[in-house]
Amino acid sequence: MRVRSSFFASFCLVLEVLSVALFLRGFFPVPVKSSFSSKSKLSDLPDEPFTGSSPNLSKVPDPIFKRVVIVLIDALREDFVFGPNGRKYMPYTRHLVERGSTHSFVAKARPPTVTMPRIKALTTGSIPGFIDVVMNLNSPALLEDNLIWQAKMAGKRMVFYGDDTWVKLFPKHFMEYDGTTSFFVSDYTEVDNNVTRHLDNTLKRDDWDILILHYLGLDHIGHISGPHSSLIQPKLMEMDDILKKIHGSLILKETEGALPYLLVLCGDHGMSETGSHGGSSAHEVNTPLVLISPAFKRKGKHFQQVDLTPTLALGLGLPISQNSVGRLIQPVVEEASLRDQLRFLHLNGHQLSCLLKDSMPAYEKEEGYEQFRVAEKSHGNWLKLVVEGNTSEVLNNMGKKVLKQYLEALRVMSAALSKQMGKYDMYSMVVGVVLLLLLLLLAMPEALSGASEVDLPVSSALLSLPFYLLCLLLFSVHMLVCTSAESACYFCSLPWGLVFGAVALSSALLCILVSMAARKGAKNPGHPPIRIPGGGWSLSELDILLLAGTAGHTLSLSASSFVEEEHQVWYFLLNTLCLVVFQDVCRKYFRERSANIGVIGCSEDKDCLPPSKEGYAVASPLTDLGVTGADSERWLALATPLLTLACCRLLRSLNQTGVQWVHLPDLGHWLNSSEHKTVLSLLAAMSLALIYFLVQRRCSWVSKIALALGLLGVYSYRAAVGNVVLPWQHSGGNMSKGTMKARFVYVFILGIFFTGSKDLLRSQVITADARLKSRGLWEIYSGVVLLVALLFRAHNLPVLCCCLLVQSLMAQFIWKKLHYDAAQTTIMHYWFGQAFFYFQGNSNSIATVDISVGFVGLESYVEAPAVFLTALSTYAGPLLWASHLICYLSSENRSSVAVGHGCYCLALLRSVPAAAYVVLVTALRYHLFIWSVFSPKLLYESMHTLLTAAICLFFTTMEQSRSSSRP
Amino acid sequence: MSVNVGWVQAFDLARHHVYGIQVDLTRPLSSIMWDQEIRQMASSHAIMASGVFMATVVPAVLVPGFSVYGTHLLWLYSVAGAVAVVNITLFWLLGVSSPTKKHTITYKVSRLVRSCLYLLLSCLFFHTVVILYGAPLLETALETFSLAVLLTSLTTLRCVCVLGPNVQAWIRVFSRHGAMSVWDTSLQMVVGCSVVGAWLGAFPIPLDWDRPWQVWPVSCSLGAVIGYLTGLIVAPAWIHWHRKHLTYKIK
Repeated sequence: MRVRSSFFASFCLVLEVLSVALFLRGFFPVPVKSSFSSKSKLSDLPDEPFTGSSPNLSKVPDPIFKRVVIVLIDALREDFVFGPNGRKYMPYTRHLVERGSTHSFVAKARPPTVTMPRIKALTTGSIPGFIDVVMNLNSPALLEDNLIWQAKMAGKRMVFYGDDTWVKLFPKHFMEYDGTTSFFVSDYTEVDNNVTRHLDNTLKRDDWDILILHYLGLDHIGHISGPHSSLIQPKLMEMDDILKKIHGSLILKETEGALPYLLVLCGDHGMSETGSHGGSSAHEVNTPLVLISPAFKRKGKHFQQVDLTPTLALGLGLPISQNSVGRLIQPVVEEASLRDQLRFLHLNGHQLSCLLKDSMPAYEKEEGYEQFRVAEKSHGNWLKLVVEGNTSEVLNNMGKKVLKQYLEALRVMSAALSKQMGKYDMYSMVVGVVLLLLLLLLAMPEALSGASEVDLPVSSALLSLPFYLLCLLLFSVHMLVCTSAESACYFCSLPWGLVFGAVALSSALLCILVSMAARKGAKNPGHPPIRIPGGGWSLSELDILLLAGTAGHTLSLSASSFVEEEHQVWYFLLNTLCLVVFQDVCRKYFRERSANIGVIGCSEDKDCLPPSKEGYAVASPLTDLGVTGADSERWLALATPLLTLACCRLLRSLNQTGVQWVHLPDLGHWLNSSEHKTVLSLLAAMSLALIYFLVQRRCSWVSKIALALGLLGVYSYRAAVGNVVLPWQHSGGNMSKGTMKARFVYVFILGIFFTGSKDLLRSQVITADARLKSRGLWEIYSGVVLLVALLFRAHNLPVLCCCLLVQSLMAQFIWKKLHYDAAQTTIMHYWFGQAFFYFQGNSNSIATVDISVGFVGLESYVEAPAVFLTALSTYAGPLLWASHLICYLSSENRSSVAVGHGCYCLALLRSVPAAAYVVLVTALRYHLFIWSVFSPKLLYESMHTLLTAAICLFFTTMEQSRSSSRP
Repeated sequence: MSVNVGWVQAFDLARHHVYGIQVDLTRPLSSIMWDQEIRQMASSHAIMASGVFMATVVPAVLVPGFSVYGTHLLWLYSVAGAVAVVNITLFWLLGVSSPTKKHTITYKVSRLVRSCLYLLLSCLFFHTVVILYGAPLLETALETFSLAVLLTSLTTLRCVCVLGPNVQAWIRVFSRHGAMSVWDTSLQMVVGCSVVGAWLGAFPIPLDWDRPWQVWPVSCSLGAVIGYLTGLIVAPAWIHWHRKHLTYKIK
């Protein structure tokens, strides 16, 4: 069976995407859950450990608090309250913290520091898996055992105002609620007013037990302008006033003899130095936790965020939810009697030990479990003495000792459970890795061979003996793994028929690839299978750089710092690339000129360097152009790499990204501050004009008009959203969402896509016109540009503009004139794409994904377009460069192999780092930074591979239409 | 010392170049000359390397509190100065650079002025390139410029010494197949190694190890000096190794 080589490459890439998906399935562990689907009940609680028999002991101690008010301020960073500015920001809270009856802690949130996993953590006490981030956008109801459910079952009446994530997670749990959507990030007053407007009324009433308020404004301010913005202080003072109001009304309501109230002030996560969150830096992880109640007398220290759950549950007299891994914050219950304290700790310990039993097969050997058993026994002994009426000092000391034993046991068990989160499904991972490597090692040499067709020996492979043996072997391995593995794995849960199909398919694939490789080895044993771009083995500096850079970047992924600072690697490589290209240009034009003018060159010179001289003579633009034209062209060619370098340097300072230097001031923040709005507007307008100028050259007139109107629409959309100013628009406070204007732009984008695809179809079906086809491609490309211009934030428009500028200059003066071949051009495009990915402000942390893009032109959250738009704007850089590559390779009158070859190189360039990274992550799966650094990068890598696969498929269809249009 | 002998012979060799005698390796005489030239180069390179070494050791003895990391700029200037002095002296004594056609004072002065101008321009060039590579524009301008001075003394100075202030000759040497003598080849290698060393030196900067040598521009200048030393060692060895295959066309 013969297939075209680009089709083969795309096929390989699609398979690679599948194996990466398989790997991801195994890599991201399903969070620890107890095996019972039921929830804790009061009646299930264990008795007080008591040696001997005595009645009426098995009840839960009485609740400590009657009413609880939880004020959750999104992105409240620890130093906003406890830091040096805390006194200025939140004077009343600081006053309470310092002299009131409060406990204040720093609660450590676990990464991912994103709102929904944090709410889940706070209510269930468990640590949501990393994969919850991906599910963050659609939050189904929380079915796990949780505090809110327990409270509802216990008949507590709850009221909720704030982020509607809560309402989605806990539908029908609240007696009264009002959710506000959190996705219009530019709005930071209305969201909070929506919460506060209910407050007066609610505080007056007596018909609730738990009041939860979730304020979003601070988080939005962080996203807009960072933690040092001037907007922060008024917002925090507003929050402080609210806290004061609630506290005052709670004090008024308090009656003698009744149980006290509890006011909790907490943040779900912090805010990094750029104002985003999601990562694991200290500023994102550390949140303040202030517990205010007349029941307290002293203050405390660091705790885990999930510790709030058992504390609240016990404080309210509720059972602790089953999957909670938190432990009681002991200072909170300090004022209770020793017996009650021990009872609280015992309940918490019992719950943790149950969870431990469920999640670990060898739980009895666990240190914490043994400690808990010992503590339980001594608790029983102590209790016996107490019941007998012994009240000596010795007994008191003994009780304190039991308390310490309990605390230690809780700590160890909690730690063991948290560690338990990192359980991998090695089987799926290994299968994914093996498949990936197999494809890379066996298929890619074939792909690189440059042949336009690949012969797949399907029938001979399917009829051979090794195929059946391999099937048998793989199947037996599968049986062996599934019967022996103690942990659940994905493959074993699949039905047998599907497994058999997969086994047959993979062994067929292996047979085909091996026989292909063997045939190739037999055909030309002397020649190396990989042809290095540049021809033969004499590599130019550029080839060396391109190969070494690709290899070096792949190697650099093994260091966590290089993953965090990957942009530095790309900027560095890109700069070097520009310098080497500059050297190439210099060499070409200066040697040429010196040969013409004859400063050092002479007739002998030509003789001594025949190959290069002849090459230049053919390539020389001097022969067919006027001297002045050639001169200006030469200077432009010389200036292009330098201009590119300057652009890169400028863009680099536009968005600081990464981890180590992210706090440095950058142009993006400067532009986004309100006093530089005019500059930003001018810059955006200029960029849009330049974008129009650069893109319209090769469009038809219909698309030209659509493009111009679309770009105008982009500006007016930005003006409507409030990013830029229109000269005739007087600054009113009316910030609309600009939905209409965005939709107006979408119409033009669709129009351009339509004209483009119409041209493409016509070139394919009716006339075999290469020019029409290249125009169609360019129109599709300009549609993508317009879409990206709409989605990019205003300060990022120069990135798009520079991208287009560099593309057109390089295409005109460098790639064509210096006769770089398809492989070299593809590698350069790939490098530029990577660098522009980071220029637009992305990094390898989830925090920099701008989800507000998903709402451009939409009234409310709709999943499919939101995900699509977010992915598109995140990967705009690589996408634009790859689509430019298609336009460039197919626009020229090149051989038809060029497109296919480019497709190959792109597939190879993407799959080498992806495969290497997957292997690396498997090796480093117990690394300290696996969750905070390597996992987000893994998600980025797989997303990028998916995108590249899509682009390669597009490549293939392009090539197909080309070859089919050819008679 | 054999170097003393070598200088005289080098002068002769330089004459040979000027008069356009083709070095033919088949003849025993030229083979001897060849070996002598390589030996000469090796010994001069040894002196240059020891110059770098002395520039590190002597201030450590004389200046209290001197260390390569702590008082990095001082070390950097001392190395740059030592390299400059040793290079200028050695090449002046060896007379490698193409001898001047005119012997008038004004010509010599203009050569000197042009050399200084080129060195200054080269400093500015390296400074710009390093800024383009991402060094902060203003905050660490002094450090960046010091690195540029060091790179100039390691690379451009040698160019000036070997080739004279003649940009065309520089371009010739650094284009492909452009070397016309052993010294040209060694110049290519030393300059290449220094620049590549500085380039590689930038890689440890993003690592979060918090070591003193990760501070800007310590790793880069260390890389450049190490690359320079490598170049000094590698150039004679490589030429010696490939002496059978090397042919130089002399115009």
